[in-house]
Amino acid sequence: MGEAIVITSGKGGVGKTTTSANIGTALALMEKKVCLIDTDIGLRNLDVVMGLENRIIYDIVDVIQGRCKLKQALIKDKRFDYLSLLPAAQTSDKTAVTISGMKEIVAELKQEYDYIIIDCPAGIEQGFQNAIAGADRAIVVTTPEKSSVRDADRIVGLLEKEDMKESPSLVINRIRNHMMKSGDMIDVDDIVQLLSIDLIGIVIDDDEVIKASNKGEPIALSPNSKASIAYRNIARRILGETVPLQSLEDDKGVLMRVKKFLGMRG
Amino acid sequence: MLDKKQMITIKGTREGLSLFIEESASFDDAIKELNEKIMASKPKKDEPVVSVKVKLGNRYLNEEQEQVLRRIISGENRFHIESIESELIRIEDALKWQEESEIKAINRIVRSGQVLYIKGDLLLIGDVNPGGKVIATGNIYIMGNLYGIAHAGSEGDRDAFIAASYMKPTQLRIADYISRAPDYEADGVYMECGIIDEEQDKIIIDSLKILSHKRKEISGFERRMNNG
Repeated sequence: MGEAIVITSGKGGVGKTTTSANIGTALALMEKKVCLIDTDIGLRNLDVVMGLENRIIYDIVDVIQGRCKLKQALIKDKRFDYLSLLPAAQTSDKTAVTISGMKEIVAELKQEYDYIIIDCPAGIEQGFQNAIAGADRAIVVTTPEKSSVRDADRIVGLLEKEDMKESPSLVINRIRNHMMKSGDMIDVDDIVQLLSIDLIGIVIDDDEVIKASNKGEPIALSPNSKASIAYRNIARRILGETVPLQSLEDDKGVLMRVKKFLGMRG
Repeated sequence: MLDKKQMITIKGTREGLSLFIEESASFDDAIKELNEKIMASKPKKDEPVVSVKVKLGNRYLNEEQEQVLRRIISGENRFHIESIESELIRIEDALKWQEESEIKAINRIVRSGQVLYIKGDLLLIGDVNPGGKVIATGNIYIMGNLYGIAHAGSEGDRDAFIAASYMKPTQLRIADYISRAPDYEADGVYMECGIIDEEQDKIIIDSLKILSHKRKEISGFERRMNNG
């Protein structure tokens, strides 16, 4: 029996879809069976980020309205056998998806997959309610900006009213270290203190992420980029491992520290 | 020989008259006797208005009865009712009174978009995040960070105040007064309170010490009794 995790944020453009794609990919890299669900009806793009747009035949609305079986709508990832995607509809009416329909789909997928990652649309309307309906836990994505943290707080409040097995956890995305240091961005600690939920990962703002998503290759596949390691760490924490938070220092900093360490020994 | 017994007793004091209505008498009988007594002893046109305290003992008057009483005493006659005192209070009123005078302890985080409304005093163990709002008819005590909006004395009690472990509020409201955070970035304050300053006619934020002389009543039960 798998676990369904909804990736949500309230505010748009903070990286829900990128986070969904990369956590899903990272979990698949660890040989977990993962199914991604895009619930942003009318504005789907999880398929684009995953590079699977050209394979879509049926979508989630077709499944709910009974035009196809769930298995027919699932798209197998081109890189892993372990990873599938249930795409959102691009044209259909938003109201086609219902809470009970979502619950059914998630329950069916949970039989077969270890993790169901649900990409939630922005906002707190019906689309949000649908996306969280079948989830066992939630990951709230925020960036170190006031408006984004404010919306994350609102979302956490709404999630707390739901009957989820676990309390929501937090991903802070798009961290720019130099701005955080100079105090121009809200500190990681301040965000965690304000939202008072568990921090499950921090992801540095990395140009590679944009490049990768434009290519349809999730960054989690690249071996060395900082963002990639960050997403893989999040996946490991989801699996229950204890992984220390990534250092925000840039590479130079790390090198300096190694030198210092060697110097101390020598 | 009940009817021989006085149902209405009037006593003169320095402040005015005290009018006792025997609690065991029926209301109609008492009113009848009261009518006679008032007619006999009402002040003349050129005499000053006399104020009267009505003491009911263990008698409860419903609204209709109270109006009858008021009409007789102050209606055409030159008496002025200063107060009507009864030892009794209805359960409904007592519960309402109790609710309004209680301190309610609540342990949660009031997040953005959430509103916490309390009758009486609020003791919040947790934060009020930006965009969150707490409202109480009495005082607000916050063991945590106040970043959002707090409204104390929401039904008009200007003596209400807001105290917090740490406050950097978006707005403080007390009764009908509103103050907002400055437009420039400012640091919050620890262990302070918001209170209406009579001289400046606005809400000020000061250390908790000022409460000990400006709001002496909070340590006692009397304030809450009076509020009820």
